Amino acid sequence: MSITTTKSAFWKGFRDSAPFLLVSGSFGLLFGVLAGEAGLNVLEAFTFSTAVFAGSAQFTALQLLQEQTPLLIILISALAVNLRMAMYSASLTPYLGEAPLWQRACAAYLTVDQSYALSIVQFENAPEMTIAQRMAYFFGTNGLVAPCWMITTLIGATVGTQVPDSWGLDFALPLAFLAMIGPMLRTPAHMVACFVAVAVSLPAALLPFNLGLIAAGLAGMMAGAQAELWLERAAAKDSSQQGAAQ
Amino acid sequence: MNGFDSFQLWFIIVGLALGSFGLRFAFLAFMGGRSLPLWLMRHLRYTAVAIIPALVAPMVIWPTPTGGEISLPHLAAAVLTFATGALTRDVLWALLVGTMAFLLLFLFAS
Repeated sequence: MSITTTKSAFWKGFRDSAPFLLVSGSFGLLFGVLAGEAGLNVLEAFTFSTAVFAGSAQFTALQLLQEQTPLLIILISALAVNLRMAMYSASLTPYLGEAPLWQRACAAYLTVDQSYALSIVQFENAPEMTIAQRMAYFFGTNGLVAPCWMITTLIGATVGTQVPDSWGLDFALPLAFLAMIGPMLRTPAHMVACFVAVAVSLPAALLPFNLGLIAAGLAGMMAGAQAELWLERAAAKDSSQQGAAQ
Repeated sequence: MNGFDSFQLWFIIVGLALGSFGLRFAFLAFMGGRSLPLWLMRHLRYTAVAIIPALVAPMVIWPTPTGGEISLPHLAAAVLTFATGALTRDVLWALLVGTMAFLLLFLFAS
């Protein structure tokens, strides 16, 4: 269906985001349960999800809090997980940068993996959309996902506060993260980044204050960026050789 | 709370909320039509795929439930969950398999 009005843009975003409900619902529920088990009350868990609104950073912070990591290191590590949001923001700017400031501020708050991924594809495929329609589409992609994330956190936290410590839900967190990693490995460069980060993280676990996480993350990032450069150069060389042969 | 107090928790919640918003708003607010330098975009692309595995790997090799002892069942559950996500490219399948693996671990432990 083509977008003709601002309203229809919102509802298209709304519908396109429906499949993501299951994902944000499951992670919201899990965050709530783990937060409850870690000792957060329902209000604290709900505020956490509403104020930060970034699943993987919240999981990271929750884990490090329990490992008694210094606060500054927790902040740096969790924000590092969220650095990709800066990239999203930068790549949305050409499409949304002209909108009123308050709308851009709301859009910034609502920038998550799902809304970014859906919107950037929509904006690239439909360059005729007006700024207002783009904004409406972007907000639409969050019409379901954002309330779902907050409500499931609330439900999870209510359950989590009832879970006895002896159940040992600790290992649910690494499994949830592992479920996210597989689908992220879209290109060989992503695999290189992941592999280098893992390889550095194990010996670096000996570093104090969980600094190993930051060291391993940086190493993985740089490896991924380098790999991307090499692969691009190799591909360019390849195609120029083919061009010469023809 | 388990190893942290209410001040530490709220410090993290507020700090993370402000910091995350800052990261998300920075370019939408001030960049106008300009774009980021390529080298920076190239590094930002790989942050999540580097940091998250770096966080998980030690948790899998030295799992908390066993008190940090290497454990074959935990390792197997982790490999299964990761492999499902990598092969199906679908986080939902990976979550499903991860949940089952977790339940199995839970049953065996108790």
